Formats: sequence, structure tokens, C-alpha cells
Amino acid sequence: MADQAFKIPEYREFPTIPALVPGAMAHSKPYVANEKIQAEMGFPGKLVDNWEEKAIEKFGELLGKYRSLKVFMDSCVHCGACTDKCHYFISTGDPKNMPVARQELMRSVYRRYFTLPGKLFPSLVGARDLTKEVLDEWFSYFWQCSECRRCSVFCPYGIDTAEVTMAARHIMDSIGYGQKYSNEIIVKLNKIGNNLGLPGPALENTLEGLEEDIKEDTGVDVKYPLNVKGAEVLLVTPSADFFAEPHIESLIGYGKVFHAAGISWTLSSYASEAGNFGLFNGSYEHMREVALRVRKAALELGVKRIVVGECGHAWRVAYAFWNTLIGLGAGAKDPFAIELQNQLDPRHMQPSHICEFTWDLIQQGRLKFDKEKNDHRIITFHDSCNVARGSRMGNYAGGQFDIPRNVIKAVANNYVEMAPDTICESTFCCGGGGGVLTDDLIELRVKGAFPRMEALKQVADGQGVNFMATICAICKAQFSKVLPYYGFDMRLVGGVHQLVSTAIRLGDEQ
Amino acid sequence: MTMFLAILFYLAFVIFVAGVAYKIYDYARTPAPLSIPTTPAPTTQSGVAFRMAREVVLFESLFKANLWIWLFGWLFHMALFLVLIRHLRYFTEPVWNWVAILQPFGMYAGFAMAAGLAGLWGRRFLVERIRYISTPSDHLMLVLLLLIALSGLGIKFFMHTDITAVKVFFLGLMMFDIQPLSAHIGLYVHLLLVALLMIIFPFSKLLHAPGVFFSPTRNQVDNPREVRHLAPWAAQIEKN
Repeated sequence: MADQAFKIPEYREFPTIPALVPGAMAHSKPYVANEKIQAEMGFPGKLVDNWEEKAIEKFGELLGKYRSLKVFMDSCVHCGACTDKCHYFISTGDPKNMPVARQELMRSVYRRYFTLPGKLFPSLVGARDLTKEVLDEWFSYFWQCSECRRCSVFCPYGIDTAEVTMAARHIMDSIGYGQKYSNEIIVKLNKIGNNLGLPGPALENTLEGLEEDIKEDTGVDVKYPLNVKGAEVLLVTPSADFFAEPHIESLIGYGKVFHAAGISWTLSSYASEAGNFGLFNGSYEHMREVALRVRKAALELGVKRIVVGECGHAWRVAYAFWNTLIGLGAGAKDPFAIELQNQLDPRHMQPSHICEFTWDLIQQGRLKFDKEKNDHRIITFHDSCNVARGSRMGNYAGGQFDIPRNVIKAVANNYVEMAPDTICESTFCCGGGGGVLTDDLIELRVKGAFPRMEALKQVADGQGVNFMATICAICKAQFSKVLPYYGFDMRLVGGVHQLVSTAIRLGDEQ
Repeated sequence: MTMFLAILFYLAFVIFVAGVAYKIYDYARTPAPLSIPTTPAPTTQSGVAFRMAREVVLFESLFKANLWIWLFGWLFHMALFLVLIRHLRYFTEPVWNWVAILQPFGMYAGFAMAAGLAGLWGRRFLVERIRYISTPSDHLMLVLLLLIALSGLGIKFFMHTDITAVKVFFLGLMMFDIQPLSAHIGLYVHLLLVALLMIIFPFSKLLHAPGVFFSPTRNQVDNPREVRHLAPWAAQIEKN
């Protein structure tokens, strides 16, 4: 890594809260979306002439639509509880990466335009006009937030910086100041069906190749069906699973689980993406549009169950929002939702996470494993932020922590936990979530991974951990990229179903 | 001065009540279009009530975050709560029994309140991160609260005032029958500052008090697979 122009944080013997380094990350900015991308998103191509007026207008609209934003703008008392909780602050010392200061970029504008004291005494209450400088600061620092919600765990009022970041990004989009990476992905998805822009025939080819590889490896005909009407399960998984390493190892694992359990399943080329970047930009409409593909595919294929593959923010959207966005869930009385509810099997949670699915089968004794096949691995588990703090698995609070661990322990013998303040609800983001997984933000990504890398280093040195399992496509891609910066092998990261894949008995071995 | 204070308190009372009521109405009418509790979150309504109770009585999240802020913040708020209860005696005749029982605690709570505030203010100078995020109004708010606490302690312990007259004054205010207040500089300062606090309450960060109850990350039940959370404006999109 000789070519990078920034300093990689160094492991610390005694981790302490860093001293402030004002402006340390002020230069960090992603590429701005071009006119074509913006137009396809339905946003202005470039910064509109009356952007200040339009931004404030949009701000006002969002304050009326989102209670979260309205309450969070008013409630902060600057107590400082969150100041040392953000991975980007811990690794850069930039004070504007303290969650409260990040929110304050927006709150200062809120005060100026929407509150009496801010209109009368701006400097007294820290209110600011929305100038171009302030807007540029928004663009820089709201794209230094991975919307991981770690700060919201510690806030006495539950203020969630992710909500603030999403609103700010939405405002910037609406005045023609969008981020290239995220918006490009949404456009690709709407055209082709997945974030990677992998068209149907290519997907079919890939899956066929996969079947051949597995046949060669195991001698068993494990199938990866595509667009099969009448299948029991529709699997919606991040498109990275179709060809990126180590993601594909988990896809192999899902297929083996379906095979071993004898449950018919299918993928959909139309809905070949679990990821939903609409979340990152705070646009309800885009998030809904992306999710609608899953609804349409489910109705067309006539499936009874919907299962979601290993992807953090995708699971948050699926678990927490699909019922609301596209009527995929239970309990609704409106015709739109009832159409899908009638089709889906009410005996199962809709949607289910692949870990819930696998863990159910394990509990029913329908899967058998040769655990020793994973004995060359000493495994730890990285909780992905959106799963940990934005969703659940199973039927009790905290199931999202237990179930993936249960699956790992059912398929492997060597499991080690990382430091308690870095896992479960306190887990650290991989540094690449929330729409920053792009090479133009590589410095941010490398630095943001630092707190996780420190925790990993501890168990790697102490207990010989050589495999960090995770259930998020972004975590996998991010770690594969940044692990080498910290002296680790990039293959140290992998999926939970990669471990399942290694140990599972397919039932019909030759 | 009596007349001035009487009018001021009527004004402060109206601004405080109407302002906070409007804010509560505003929070309540604004939809929460998505299920966003910070998980793990309770899966039942009673579970949410319990979570909220822990949040507002014990400051659970703050406890997890930072022990110093928790210590000073919790000390201040609990002491303030006792002090407010103690002050009910100026507005009730006869004084409610449970208020009378809590009287002595409320008296010493005044010191705890001042200590908590001093601790919180100290952090705004001593801790670099908190110094960075503090605005002038953050300091002034603490000064205001501290002066209220100190002036209250002052007229209790050092420069006694005629509290019977104070009580007659406030009982009178409640009946729209203005009674004379004894001239006392400490008392005037105390009352003026309290009125000021009431007036700025609905326009300031003190809105965290009603706000916490409306925080979706804390007050939502974790049940999105069982319940559809469709906001009216979002349902409208479905019709298009």
C-alpha cells in the first residue's frame, strides 16, 4: 500500500479518546453525481440557481414528514454523550465527525430558518445561514457518516444521526448536489435489476458455472434456480453474492442449505438485488421503487416465502420497511398489502433472514454438519451495524445477535468473541456502509475501519483468530479492501454461510 | 414590583404552557413513516413503556455512554425534580401530604442540583470535545439554572424572606387576586429568573423534556413484520 497519500491509523496500546484535530477530514468528498444520473433519479442535473431557497423548502417539507427529524432537531442539549462514539471520529480526530457536531451542521441551519431564537440571535444559539460554504461542508461531512446508528444507542434522547444524514442527503439530491456512487447504483438497479448492473443472461451463466463448480467439488447437483415459477422460496440477496469474493462462498452456502433441506427455491433476475441504496439517500420514494421489484417478482413467481441473503442494510430495509413500503409482511388490512399476504405462507415470518431460515432448519434437525471441516478456522463474528441496531431476527429482542452466532457454533468448533464494547449493539461499522463504499472515499474507508481492526487485532494476536464472519455484502467488500492496510490477509473476512457451506452434509454424497 | 411580577408570571405561564403544548401537538401530528427503533428494542407496548421509564428515570442510554455526564446530569435532574415537588407547597393549601413528607429532601436537593449543574458546566470548559460543541446559549442556560438554584438556596438559608407572603402571592395569582409580595432582592432575582426560564423553555433545547417521549428510536415497538406503519403521506404515494 505504498501509493496512498494518507496516514493509516496506528494500533494503540491504550486506546483513549483522541484529541481534536479540526479540519482533519475537511478535504474528504465523494464525486458529485453528473447530470445524466441526476436526471434519471428525477433530481436536478446540477446545483439549481435558487438552491438556498429550494433547500430550505425541502428541509421544511421533511420536517413535516418525519417526526424523527423534527424531534431530533429540537432535542439535542449538547451533552457530549455521543462525542467519542463514531468510528470516523475515533480514527480521524476531526471534531465534525463527532455525531453531535455532524448533526449541528444541519441543526445550525434549522435554528436559523425555523426557530425564533435562531432568527433573532443567530450567534448566541449557533445558528447559521445556509451559505455555499455550509452546503459544501454538508456534502463533505454527511458523506462521512455511514448511518451506522452507533451514536443513537448512547444518546439519552435516542437522536439518530443516520436520520439527520439521510435528510441532509435528500435535501442535497433535491437541489442537484447528489453523490455519484449511490445515485449511479440506484439508476443501475432500476434499469437492470441489481446494483452491479448484471443483466439476466449473465446472471444465468454465472449460476450455471457455479453449479458446475460445485458438482466438481462435491459430486452433488446443487442447483441455483433462476426465475422458477411456483418455487417455495424466493431468495433475494445482494448482487455481490453472484460473483464477488468472498460473497459468492455464501451464495454457495445458501444453495447447499436449500438442497440439503429439500426446499424448492429460486432467484429472480428482475429482483436480483437485496441492497437498497434508497435508504442511504433518505428518499422514501426511491427506497420504495427499489423494493417494489421484490413485490412484483414475488407475485409473478407465486412464491410462498421470501428469504433475504447476507446483507446488512438490505436486511434492515427488508425487516423494518418492506411491510410498510410494499406490503410484504403481516397485519395490514388494505388491498395492496392483502394481495401479497394472501399468497405468502403465514406460518413463516415474512421476510426471513437466511440465518433465521438456516437456524430453523438446524433446530428441526434437518441439516447435518461435519463441524471439524471448519477446524482450520478460528472464527470471530463482526455484527453488521444495520442488522445489530436496525433490525431483529427471531421472535425476541436481540435475536439478531444470537442467531448468526448460533449458526456459526452449529457448524464450527472454534469461536471467539471480540471485545464486548465492539460487538452487538455497540458494534463498530466496517467503515464502508451507508453509501461510502467507493474508491473516491478510500481514505475515509481505511480510517473508518480502524476501531474494528483494533478489536480484531486483539483476538488475532491473543486467540489466533483467522476468520471474521459477517453477514453483510458491504462489510465483506470493505474488509476485503482495507484488511491489507492493517496487515491482515484480505481472505480473513467471509460470510456465515461460507462456514455453513464448508461443513454441511449434502445428504447425497457419492 | 408586585404588579410587575404578577403580570410577568401570567405572561411566562401562558408562553410556557402554550409553547410546550404547541410543540407537543406539532410532534404528535408529524408522522413517523418508518419503523426505526434502535434495536434491540421491546417487541410489546408495555416493553416500550418500561424502556422509556428507564430512559427518563435512570437515563439508561447516558449511563452506557459516559459515567461523568450521567452522574452530573442525573444528579441535577433528580434534584430538580425534588425541588419542584417541594415548591408545590406554594401552590397548594392545605399542602398535600406526600409533598409535606418530601419537604426535607427537597431542601437538600437544592445543593445537589447546584452541584450537578456546576459539574455539567465544568465539563463545558474542561473537556475539549464538549468545549468544542458548546454554544454561548449552552453556557447561559447553565448559568441561568445555576443562578436559580443559588438564589433559591440563598433565600432559604442566608437571607430569609417571608415565605408566607410568597405563598399568599402565588395562591392569589391562581385565583386572579393579586396579593402584595414583600420587597426582597433575593426573592425578586429568584422569581425573575424562573419566569425567564419558563419563557425561553419552548424555544430552546429544554424541549428535550417533551422531545424524549416522541423520539421514534425509543418509543416505537419493534414489530415491523407484524404491523404495517403506513404514514398518510406515504399511503398517498400508493394511490398514484
